[in-house]
Amino acid sequence: MSEQKKFHWSSITRHHLFLPIMCLIVVLLSNLIKTPDFFAISMRDGVLYGYIIDVINRASELVILAVGMTLVTAASGGQDISVGAVMAVAAAVCCQILSGGQTSVDAFQNPLILGVLAALAAAALCGAFNGYLVAHLHIQPMVATLILYTAGRGIAQLVTGGQITYVRVGAYSMWGGALPHMLFPLPVFFAVAVVLIVSLILKKSALGLYIESVGINSSSSRLVGLNAKRIKMITYIICGLLAGIAGFVASSRIYSADANNIGLNLEMDAILAVALGGNILSGGKFSIAGSVIGAYTIQALTTTLYAMNVSSDQLPVYKAIVVVIIVTLQSPVFQKFINNQRAKRAVKRGQTNGGAVV
Amino acid sequence: MKMKQRLWSALIASVMCLGLTACGGAPADTGSGTADVGGSDDLIVVGFSQVGAESDWRTANTESMKSTFSEENGYKLIFDDAQQKQENQITAIRNFIQQDVDYIVLAPTGETGWDTVLQEAKNAGIPVIIVDRQVQVSDDSLYTAWVGSDFRAEGDKAVKWMEEQFADKDQLNIVHIQGTIGSSAQIGRTDALNEGVEKNANWNLVAQQSGEFTQAKGQEVMESVLKQNSDIDVVYCENDNEAFGAIDAIEAAGKTVGKDGITVISFDTTRAGLNDVLAGKISLDVECNPLHGPRVQEIIEKLEAGEEVEKTAYVDETQFDSETITQEMIDERAY
Repeated sequence: MSEQKKFHWSSITRHHLFLPIMCLIVVLLSNLIKTPDFFAISMRDGVLYGYIIDVINRASELVILAVGMTLVTAASGGQDISVGAVMAVAAAVCCQILSGGQTSVDAFQNPLILGVLAALAAAALCGAFNGYLVAHLHIQPMVATLILYTAGRGIAQLVTGGQITYVRVGAYSMWGGALPHMLFPLPVFFAVAVVLIVSLILKKSALGLYIESVGINSSSSRLVGLNAKRIKMITYIICGLLAGIAGFVASSRIYSADANNIGLNLEMDAILAVALGGNILSGGKFSIAGSVIGAYTIQALTTTLYAMNVSSDQLPVYKAIVVVIIVTLQSPVFQKFINNQRAKRAVKRGQTNGGAVV
Repeated sequence: MKMKQRLWSALIASVMCLGLTACGGAPADTGSGTADVGGSDDLIVVGFSQVGAESDWRTANTESMKSTFSEENGYKLIFDDAQQKQENQITAIRNFIQQDVDYIVLAPTGETGWDTVLQEAKNAGIPVIIVDRQVQVSDDSLYTAWVGSDFRAEGDKAVKWMEEQFADKDQLNIVHIQGTIGSSAQIGRTDALNEGVEKNANWNLVAQQSGEFTQAKGQEVMESVLKQNSDIDVVYCENDNEAFGAIDAIEAAGKTVGKDGITVISFDTTRAGLNDVLAGKISLDVECNPLHGPRVQEIIEKLEAGEEVEKTAYVDETQFDSETITQEMIDERAY
């Protein structure tokens, strides 16, 4: 009986999502020390309200980016560092179309759907550009995407004419806010929808398997008849498209396109989310769920530090310390150490048990 | 196959270069400037390296320079937009030196890292006038003068206004949303408030966090602060964008801003900011005057006449509060 229970426990601890989830829980629980009401949730106009909701809400863009980043990482063994800039491009295109070229408008100059579609198209185009460089020209992903990382914000500036374009329309800002009786702020729904749809596509089609196969060994995948180039290309286009969605959400939160600040440094957080989720950054097998948990961990950390009122100049230090701890915990060397310890203990137990029998 | 690939990479590379210069914008400008500089002897050539065009304020600042240093006024302005990057500014200054401009005007991206390039300008005998943000250099003679806002005085104006408004309050709970830590504007405006809190026994600083001068961060910080403190009297934001975010967060939490609610104080007086003052959402907006052109021109004229100039020159600044502001006041402003 007890034997069975033990077996059950270790199957949980050995699950690939065990550590990411534990890290998230530890970060959240650490709030109980200083902010006991961190987990308090109340209702306001039919929308939940509380720190936990803040974490879920504010992490939305990061979750969306992390999903795309996971696919790109898995297929090409590299990261797309242009996603933050692509967010800015999408936001700029969207706001500029909606404002009809003016810097600040109180009513849509063009239909909302047109702005959104154009923004997504621009983002997908950016993704395709990255994908082409990586898949067809075999440029290292980080170098290839460095181009848009640098130029993206410049392009966004060109689109907005160097201004922050405001779209002060309720029907635009609501996407980044909350609607009555919807239980959660709307960005949460975007994040959930993206995760569900992408997971569904990966599960229902063989795409997920193909991506892993290409990531593990691109040339042998080609030999078994997979079009490795096309698959890499697809992941980059998806990644760009998702960056576009994230850009739309971020822009609707502030009902404007702030080309300099939308998605600033978010690419690094997205890569970190993938790593925190237990994914290998050199490609191959991947777990979307892990990256999503990683994204929520990062936002939980930020919100926690705000809640603890850590002074602004020390904030990056605390963030760095926690990240170092989490990454160390998940590193292969540390894992091996733990496994060794576990094995030793098992041997010892075996010996003592053996002794008892004799 | 190889050939095709090579062609493709050449094509991509050229497209990339095109893209980079297109968004740099300015390098092309300065390139064509080289040819012109020698020809126009009677014009005073001024090279201006601007941070970028990240806000209305910055655009107004650029416009002020462009309109002041026009050909009609006897100047030739070579303008360089650095896209927020210090390395672009350093390149621009080196270009200015090579083109042997008469004066260099620099609106720096940050305070440090200017020693080498300013030394090069000094060696070339070109006076450098710093505008807006300050620079920290080992040797003050590396630049001729600095023109800009007195951020400390701006903060003091806001503190004085608060002292007048809330003199009879037993306890004043203040939330402080700071700018990007380390920027001149943040340091000056934060120091003023910190001193105000020390001086006034009834002032209570409940939270102090950085909103990084952006609306999104201002909103996020305020959202968090509101959850812990039910009783907030004043939110002291260090620029308008943070104030917009803070107001959104306050309203989303079901509270009001303005006369009957939380008092929001802001800086910069952008057009959008003043509209919020007019709407009564921002109670006080302290001006950060971007019209540096005329002051810089004064300095250049003095230098041309061989006179001594003051090392620091502040621009005139005012403030707007929701009680006294009118639509006309907004309309007659240049930015």
